[in-house]
Amino acid sequence: MRISKLLRLVAGAAIVSLVASNAFAASANIAVAANFTDAAKEIAAAFKQKTGHEAVLSFGSSGQFFTQITQDAPFQVFLSADAERPKKLEDDGLGVAGSRFTYAIGKLVLWSKTPGLVKGEETLKAASFAKLSICNPVAAPYGAAAVEAMKALNVADALQPKLVEGANITQAFQFVQTGNAEVGFIALSQLTGSNEGSRWVVPQNLYTPIRQDAVLLKKGAANEAATAFMTFLKGPEARAIIEKYGYEIGERS
Amino acid sequence: MGGLSNDIWQPVRLTVELAAITTLILLIVGTPIAWWLARSKAWWKEGVAAVVALPLVLPPTVLGFYLLVLLGPDGPGGALANLWGGRTLAFSFEGLVIGSVIYSMPFVVQPIRNAFAAIGDRPLEVAATLRASPTRAFWTVAIPLARPGFLAGAVLGFAHTVGEFGIVLMIGGNIPGKTKVLSVAIFDYVETSQWREANILAGGMAAFAFVVILTMMLLEKRTARIGA
Repeated sequence: MRISKLLRLVAGAAIVSLVASNAFAASANIAVAANFTDAAKEIAAAFKQKTGHEAVLSFGSSGQFFTQITQDAPFQVFLSADAERPKKLEDDGLGVAGSRFTYAIGKLVLWSKTPGLVKGEETLKAASFAKLSICNPVAAPYGAAAVEAMKALNVADALQPKLVEGANITQAFQFVQTGNAEVGFIALSQLTGSNEGSRWVVPQNLYTPIRQDAVLLKKGAANEAATAFMTFLKGPEARAIIEKYGYEIGERS
Repeated sequence: MGGLSNDIWQPVRLTVELAAITTLILLIVGTPIAWWLARSKAWWKEGVAAVVALPLVLPPTVLGFYLLVLLGPDGPGGALANLWGGRTLAFSFEGLVIGSVIYSMPFVVQPIRNAFAAIGDRPLEVAATLRASPTRAFWTVAIPLARPGFLAGAVLGFAHTVGEFGIVLMIGGNIPGKTKVLSVAIFDYVETSQWREANILAGGMAAFAFVVILTMMLLEKRTARIGA
């Protein structure tokens, strides 16, 4: 008896708070590729300050989000780490046609916590480390870029037995951070504001540019906060934040 | 099943290997713990029991996080790995065994403890009056009488290790043939939209889980009948 009463009370309160929050400002659920985590948090804060809308962020690998979105996940905007998945969503009718644009171009970096360990491509050729962490090359674009760069340097086969894979770029970073892997391919954005260890920003000619596209999803087409977020992401405040985190800005579409 | 690459069977073999080794270690390590928990009169023994049972409540991410640090170059795992020239126990089969032993411990210890406790003092006292040494009584009286507990513990420990995911994801590094176990392989297939492979493995896991639970239920029923 008591418990059912309590449940009813909680449910009632939840409905009231939902209605109340809708009355003042809208909120949108945004799926964010893990490499963009810190930048997205800052953008969401600026977005809230400017528009009053709430951007609720979820972080994961692009592959994971893609699968979830095809299975009706309640996301209104998808900030992918690649261009293919947003395009596919648009083609499949899950994204709003014409909403796609490149919000950032990612930079791949080879990083170690040990100062002096990473010097450049010779570090990969000498391979004097036990473990090299990358993220899943099939599910995460930075993983694919890492493999491409290693192939371009002709070290892919030699390094294969030393590779360890994180489920997403955050985990690849964490493997290096905890010292379990001496070096790792991660996103330059993850090193923003830190001078720790040693790093080599992989030259762009070694891998296809990581064009990170955003797409408005069908579920967000009528959501004020979602459409406002897409607009905000193209604006000067967001661009400044994106550049601060080591990304290049995509060409205007 | 033509056209399926070898990669789908490698995780299956690896998982069975991991679960078998973990179960064996747990039977060896868990038995004395279970015996002590069942027989000791120490006031702090429930504290030890609670520590053993922690993985039942803790999210695998907590264990995964601790293990990542402990197995790493700055932890005891790194020191151990140093003995054979390694830096870390993460990303290795040995690391997964350590993680699985901790993670599955309560599933093995609890049934064995219960079985030992159910024997009571009487049979052991009788053995003592027949001049059996405590060690002899343990091997010839307690162990045979606790057999259903051992069986249940082994089945549960094995099954639970097969079903482990979070810890392996956090400390494994997804290396084929070394740390890419079934649950991680399924996660990988789903993430990369390879649903056919995901379906085969997931279906197999569901069937396996059903068989395990059914076995446990039948086992319980038989034990109850013997007891009555």
